[in-house]
Amino acid sequence: MSFSSRLRNVAMTIGFFAVEHPSLLDYVFVSEPVIRAKNIVKKYDEFVAVDGISFEVQRGESFGLLGPNGAGKSTTMKMIAAVSTRTSGSLEVLGMDPNTDGPAIRSQLGVVPQEDNLDQELRVRENLLTYGRFFGMSRAEVATRADELLEFAQLTDRANSKVEPLSGGMKRRLTIARSLMNDPQMLLLDEPTTGLDPQARHILWDRLFRLKERGTTLVLTTHYMDEAEQLSDRIVVVDKGAIMAEGSPAQLIRQYSSREVLEVRYGSDKNASVAKKIADIGERQEILPDRILIYSDNGERDLAEITKRGHHPTTSLVRRSSLEDVFLRLTGRSLVE
Amino acid sequence: MSATVQSSAAIAPSRRFGGMFAGNARAVIERGLRATMSSNYLVVLSGFFEPVFYLLSMGVGLGGIIGSIEVDGTSIAYGAYIAPALLAVSAMNGAIYDSTWNVFFKLNFGKLYQTMLLTSLGPLDVAIGEITLALLRGGVYAIGFLIVMNIMGLVLSPLAILAIPAVILIAAGFASIGMAFTSYMKTFQQMDWLPMVMLPMFLFSATFFPITIYPPAIQIMVECFPLWHGVEIVRMLTTGAITPMIWVHLGYYAVMLSVGVVVVARRLRALFLD
Ligand SMILES: Nc1ncnc2c1ncn2[C@@H]1O[C@H](COP(=O)(O)OP(=O)(O)OP(=O)(O)O)[C@@H](O)[C@H]1O
Ligand SMILES: [Mg+2]
Repeated sequence: MSFSSRLRNVAMTIGFFAVEHPSLLDYVFVSEPVIRAKNIVKKYDEFVAVDGISFEVQRGESFGLLGPNGAGKSTTMKMIAAVSTRTSGSLEVLGMDPNTDGPAIRSQLGVVPQEDNLDQELRVRENLLTYGRFFGMSRAEVATRADELLEFAQLTDRANSKVEPLSGGMKRRLTIARSLMNDPQMLLLDEPTTGLDPQARHILWDRLFRLKERGTTLVLTTHYMDEAEQLSDRIVVVDKGAIMAEGSPAQLIRQYSSREVLEVRYGSDKNASVAKKIADIGERQEILPDRILIYSDNGERDLAEITKRGHHPTTSLVRRSSLEDVFLRLTGRSLVE
Repeated sequence: MSATVQSSAAIAPSRRFGGMFAGNARAVIERGLRATMSSNYLVVLSGFFEPVFYLLSMGVGLGGIIGSIEVDGTSIAYGAYIAPALLAVSAMNGAIYDSTWNVFFKLNFGKLYQTMLLTSLGPLDVAIGEITLALLRGGVYAIGFLIVMNIMGLVLSPLAILAIPAVILIAAGFASIGMAFTSYMKTFQQMDWLPMVMLPMFLFSATFFPITIYPPAIQIMVECFPLWHGVEIVRMLTTGAITPMIWVHLGYYAVMLSVGVVVVARRLRALFLD
């Protein structure tokens, strides 16, 4: 028996005490996994969209699924949200099986789907009210909560406007507000900021940070590495329905990439030929159609070496390694196509 | 606010129904009413006037030429003969309009059902809620029509008050079958099949003349149509000529309703929770 489950038994026996002191219960339950996925597979007819992935998410953790288009991120999210039936493998969400306990699981979840599906026939505030009612909340409860969340999403002044004319960022914030109506234990966000401008993304990230600080478990998918780095404590990199690597952003970068990256460009027709002549520089290289990436712990030194050999790049850049590089290393492909 | 252990604000639904039902169809109905309130009333009411116009033109116009008509040995005015049939048509129109075109848009464009199924609602909640909405429209049309009938003196029996629950059952039957049908439709072209079924059913189901004028083979076919059973129920009630056959007709609708609800719930599950 693990230490945490023994602790939990103790907590059960002194339940009366724990009830009066919920903070103790919080403490005891902290390392309880809220998602336990073992070898889950999703097939659409013969096509395998998710090919046996396993992971756990702890309560209060912020967990990211990073991968390119078609990797199976949304499919995985849908299985967790109990709106897609897995083909095989075992999956436990909040201690229940999504294949059979859909409504019970969903009552505890907040879901922000990849595509906005706000109710166009209703106004902004009404979207929140009706959504709360779908969870069986009382009229008084949904009214208070809707006003709080409009405030949270900075949409109070748009409360009575129609949904259609809202900007992309506003719609996304409204969708997030909506997903919080039932005060969920866990929030599933499928590409929360895709298609938004940098300012709108930062506003959204800020809102998500606040939720994280309040202890809401976040599970998000993205194909933006900066987003994954910003928001996730832990990441799995998925490609073609399988997990390629797992760890914190810093761990992944340390494990799969170098400290620095030198990017040099010679123009698309010359990149390949120059690459052959500087192949010995750095620990490793990636030759992309538009540029050459040279991985090492000192980019400036490598750049000096290249120029010394007479290969003056049209542009060059030294930067720190990112998850993008990790991804390139793992799959040989770029994240954002 | 500590979100670590506390459960969400949602009422945890019972886990008895294998993920199909949360017992909260009411919230689906509420949403529908809210959406209807902000939509165009003219469109909402257009389906109501169709049978009213038929009643006025055929009942008054044709009735003036035909006079009265012989049914089971009793003679009744032509207007009073077709009025109950048009009452059933009125219920059907309302229910079908809501459960086919409106549902078609929600299914394929509005993503409404996907959204509902992200909450603790189950497919059965959505099915019951949406069917109820459609039958409410049918019921409202029919009650309005009954008032018109009464004003025109076409209600022959006090039992006509029972026509109200009857038309609600009829509307429910059509709403559930309409939604079941729509759940299989993917394109506008397929939706065009609908009038091809509705129009002959409207014309031949003993609406404007007794089915005894058809050859037996066609009579049997008409007796399979749901509308014929509805017309029979309502006509018995508004004319007061009730026979035990009414139970068969009512049974027909009970079966139609149950089959529709089950099919819709399963289709929603297959479409959005697969
Ligand atoms: N309902 C479906 N029927 C058939 N195939 C599907 C279905 N849904 C997804 N797929 C396929 O499964 C694969 C994974 O899709 P998924 O949407 O999970 O990818 P993703 O990682 O979310 O990609 P993106 O970044 O584009 O959102 C894709 O090849 C997709 O075409
Ligand atoms: Mg996706």
